[in-house]
Amino acid sequence: MPQLEVRDIHTSYGLSQVLFGISFDVGEGEIVSLIGRNGVGKSTTMRSVIGLTPPRAGSVTWLGQDITGMPTHRISKLGIGFVPEDRRIFPDLSVWENLDIARRPAANGAGWDEDRVFELFPDLAEIRDRRGGVLSGGQQQMLTIARSLMGNPTLLLLDEPSEGLAPLVVEAVRDRIAQLKQAGLSIVLAEQNLDFVLSLSDRLHILEKGEIKFTGTPDDLRGNEAVLEKYLTV
Amino acid sequence: MSMLTNPTIVFLQFMNSISLGMNLFIIAAGLTLIFGVLRVINFAHGVFFMFGAYVCYSVVSRMAETAGAFWLGVLAAGAALAVIAFIIERGLLHYLYDKEHLMQLLFTFAIVLIMGDLAKMIWGTDQYSVPKPEGLKGAVDFSFGADLAMPLLYPAYPLMLCVLGPVVAIGMWLVLSKTRWGRVIRAATQDREMLAALGMNVPLVYTAVFVAGSALAGIGGALAAPRVAVSPGMDVTIIVECFIIVIIGGLGSLWGSFLGALILGFVNSFGIMIFPNWELVLSYVLMLLVLLWRPWGLFGQPEADGH
Repeated sequence: MPQLEVRDIHTSYGLSQVLFGISFDVGEGEIVSLIGRNGVGKSTTMRSVIGLTPPRAGSVTWLGQDITGMPTHRISKLGIGFVPEDRRIFPDLSVWENLDIARRPAANGAGWDEDRVFELFPDLAEIRDRRGGVLSGGQQQMLTIARSLMGNPTLLLLDEPSEGLAPLVVEAVRDRIAQLKQAGLSIVLAEQNLDFVLSLSDRLHILEKGEIKFTGTPDDLRGNEAVLEKYLTV
Repeated sequence: MSMLTNPTIVFLQFMNSISLGMNLFIIAAGLTLIFGVLRVINFAHGVFFMFGAYVCYSVVSRMAETAGAFWLGVLAAGAALAVIAFIIERGLLHYLYDKEHLMQLLFTFAIVLIMGDLAKMIWGTDQYSVPKPEGLKGAVDFSFGADLAMPLLYPAYPLMLCVLGPVVAIGMWLVLSKTRWGRVIRAATQDREMLAALGMNVPLVYTAVFVAGSALAGIGGALAAPRVAVSPGMDVTIIVECFIIVIIGGLGSLWGSFLGALILGFVNSFGIMIFPNWELVLSYVLMLLVLLWRPWGLFGQPEADGH
């Protein structure tokens, strides 16, 4: 049985509807990607799952429990971490304070804490007292992932982690995500960077105008010029 | 101007400035804390202050000669306002966070009117005075053995306020900067959505902050009670002063309201000496100058776009 089941969700901001029946599953330890151009509904799908913009219709089921419409903090406590597109580091809090605020020890005691997080992101250890607001884009991206890990999630919603980062930093972020997958984390990855997605995903979905237009594996997509042309070329 | 050359009077006014400022700070700190986190401008803060003064009066007048009656009154005022604030926030205000600011303003203004009338029903329209607490009725000699023409005496009660203000300020700063709860509160001022996504119960943080800030208004009212006449209308004066303070210091800034309160204390105390006819206008002029020079206040930050 999949961990996360998103079934036919319709989500709107006020009067403007953004999602028109999105469905997908995430199994344990899988990386499932949502790709597509700007504004097709990737971020809204993330926000629907974590409850920040609850769907108007359809359902989100997590570990067999219906979490549709549940308050965000409860969804988070059930083991879903959220790494938003704009990173959302608390600018007046230090790196360590940003991490501490998200701290929620794992049930079995052997989970993520700052020592393990600093092991994964050694750069963060060196700037632990720096204010979040003065970090570089790459540092902010590392910190926002590290911060989510402090809550010991089972599933991570990663929204455009490569956006706006220098190529070398993108490589570093990709390696970390691969490490997280190896550690057993399930991940929903929204991306526009095709190479990034293809190298990481188990399965992927192409979104356009709030609907899923293509579903397959990275191999299905590689060399599929028609689909790439239609949905991904800018 | 001759008063300014009299060292005793200058000394007294200097101390008065600080004690008035510190009393105002304790009240304004609650207002600025609530604004910083909830982004609600709470007009009812003044009426909370007035209730605090009345509750203190009621406790002291019933316990007359009991030792520590005044301090019990201060605690009772804080507790009463905490309960009232809890009911208002959970029962009503809570539903207005997603609405436009105007709705929240109208709501807190409605609370001002309702609680103002409620106070008249409970305590009538008489003026009450609250005696200074035992042990703080006398004066402290600041001559330090020097042989002065007139000894430098300053009453003990307002002197206590001069000490209590910084203690409250440092206590609040320590909580905000060194404790996990403080970090959560600071994060809530910056990005409530992200805080929720990290598993924090943001509505609970809001309730706690509204209750704590309102309790400060109640405590501030109780502490003011021995200095002023406890009577209807005292809420109006204080809310105006609080707004001047937080506008000068910067809405949402703890040290801003500390400095703003001190400045207002000095402007009020020395203004009345130097420009007796203009004293009331001075604080507004000062506020206008700050608004023109730094619209976000001395310690505030310009409103950022986005979340």
